[in-house]
Amino acid sequence: MTTLTDNVPGAPRPRGGVAQSINDSLVVTKRNLIRMSRIPEMVVFGLIQPVMFVVLFSFVFGGSMSVGGNTDPAVYREFLMAGIFAQTVTFATAGAGAGIADDMHKGLVDRFRSLPMARGAVLTGRTLADLVQTALTLVVLAIVGLLVGWRIHNGVPKALGAFALLLLLGYAFSWIGALIGLSVRTPEAATSGGLIWLFPVTFVSNAFVDPSMMADWIRPIAEWNPFSATVQACRELFGNPGVVQSDAWPMRYPVWASILYSILIVFVFRTLSVRKYRSATV
Amino acid sequence: MPGAIYAEGLVKTFGDVRALDGVDLDVPEGTVLGLLGPNGAGKTTTVRVLTTLIQPDSGRAVVAGIDVLKHPNEVRRSIGLSGQFAAVDEYLTGRENLQMVGQLYQMKAKAAKERAGELLDRFRLSDAADRTAKTYSGGMRRRLDLAAALVVAPPVMFMDEPTTGLDPRNRQALWDVINELVAGGTTLLLTTQYLEEADHLAHDICVVDHGKVIARGTADQLKAQTGGERVEVVVQQPEMIAGARDVLARYGVAGTGHGDVSVENHIRKLTVPVTGGAKLLAEVIRDLDAVGVGIDDIGLRRPTLDDVFIYLTGHAAEREEEEENGTAGAAGKSRKDRKEKAS
Repeated sequence: MTTLTDNVPGAPRPRGGVAQSINDSLVVTKRNLIRMSRIPEMVVFGLIQPVMFVVLFSFVFGGSMSVGGNTDPAVYREFLMAGIFAQTVTFATAGAGAGIADDMHKGLVDRFRSLPMARGAVLTGRTLADLVQTALTLVVLAIVGLLVGWRIHNGVPKALGAFALLLLLGYAFSWIGALIGLSVRTPEAATSGGLIWLFPVTFVSNAFVDPSMMADWIRPIAEWNPFSATVQACRELFGNPGVVQSDAWPMRYPVWASILYSILIVFVFRTLSVRKYRSATV
Repeated sequence: MPGAIYAEGLVKTFGDVRALDGVDLDVPEGTVLGLLGPNGAGKTTTVRVLTTLIQPDSGRAVVAGIDVLKHPNEVRRSIGLSGQFAAVDEYLTGRENLQMVGQLYQMKAKAAKERAGELLDRFRLSDAADRTAKTYSGGMRRRLDLAAALVVAPPVMFMDEPTTGLDPRNRQALWDVINELVAGGTTLLLTTQYLEEADHLAHDICVVDHGKVIARGTADQLKAQTGGERVEVVVQQPEMIAGARDVLARYGVAGTGHGDVSVENHIRKLTVPVTGGAKLLAEVIRDLDAVGVGIDDIGLRRPTLDDVFIYLTGHAAEREEEEENGTAGAAGKSRKDRKEKAS
């Protein structure tokens, strides 16, 4: 009879600061990871598309592509993988957006916002969980890559560095997804809104073809595309063919460019998202 | 000293809609305030302001002695919110949901786990504790949502239409919980469209309409405004209505402005405010019999809050109309969809 109110110590005083932010973010991350484990089909569907792209590009386009003048399909397959890796990590945008829109739609964001928790934790928890999912996807995709002839030529440490850059890019893009998720009204809109613009971003790049073969006006866009920097960095670190020879700064220093771009995206979109979250109403 | 929940001149507009138009509230510690009103009256918006979810355009609010606008995070430690739509994560188990909420109230993981177990027992969810909430019935989800609001036994609770869509058994169970909370000293603000519920649970009632408090007082005070008892008669044949009306008019209380006999033709029901109690009822029956009016049903009843509501607002509580819910435009639609799902 007294369970409800007696002998309950009440809410502890929030610790505030970074410690609380980390703690709250991890609680929400755990929640999202549990959710993902209970909806495995979402993880599986997330894998089908990149695997399909590897197969399609390798065996349908591969024969008619030229990488630095070399038209050997095997060379294209090695060239391709960095692009597919990078494109796949950016698809985390859609997952983050749909997840957050769904939480808004179901009233969970109201619940979270009425709790004495760190302001950014709901969003950070989501993006961290997506990072875990992205990492899993990359592992599967790397195996598929090895099966179609992709190899790393510069040693494991550099390859791990490349994967770290990919994860950072994916994390950055999931913050763009967070903002989309907070801005639309339904999870469905967040999914399509999170994906549509990714196609131009990932295709107007060095991911699938060498920018030197593009029209003159579009080539600088491809070379300065943040996405291209990560692809270029990966090719260098993996030792894969097709590294773009260009004077554009991001193409000359792709590792630094990739890191800077990603951090900038996180900074801008995290700031905007947290601000939007605080005033979020369904 | 202001009460555990205090609001002064709350105004909130969404586009052209003035959702709150100067709401004042004062709920003494340990009491229940029923916020009663039709859909779109501003009940939910009031709750959302008091629970820090939206900021009012103007006005002041203090909850548990803390200024809501200046120290929202301090307020959040002291409140529990249970909404109209069961806000639980359906892919988490009941236990995981409660543990998560406990941890986000900054409890240690172990303490949150223990508290989750207690609440699951209390809300008869122990058997389902380790199933995902997706498998729960509507009533179970509501109980879980309420349990989540009670994790830290907050001194101030807000319940937004807690029983909308619940079956009678679950509703009774919820009423028991509310009584227990209040016995334990919790201050509660609940919104409802069910007048009976406000009558049953609330110490004080505020009737809101168009973003304003249009009446306040105890249920008895509000009923007194509407007049005393009334006799209700259902006659056997439609042709008997006229004769019955003549008889009843002789008993009607004059001068209240409500002394006239009101007739609902389609159900052959006549109602008239009276004074004189049960003794009078016997006389009415005799008189009706004398003029040959056959009676299907007759009774003496006190005014319900429905009567109060119609008297105050000039319209019955519109339950079908879309609640504005503190949201603007098309966003309201998604809530309605959910409401239909919930019920």
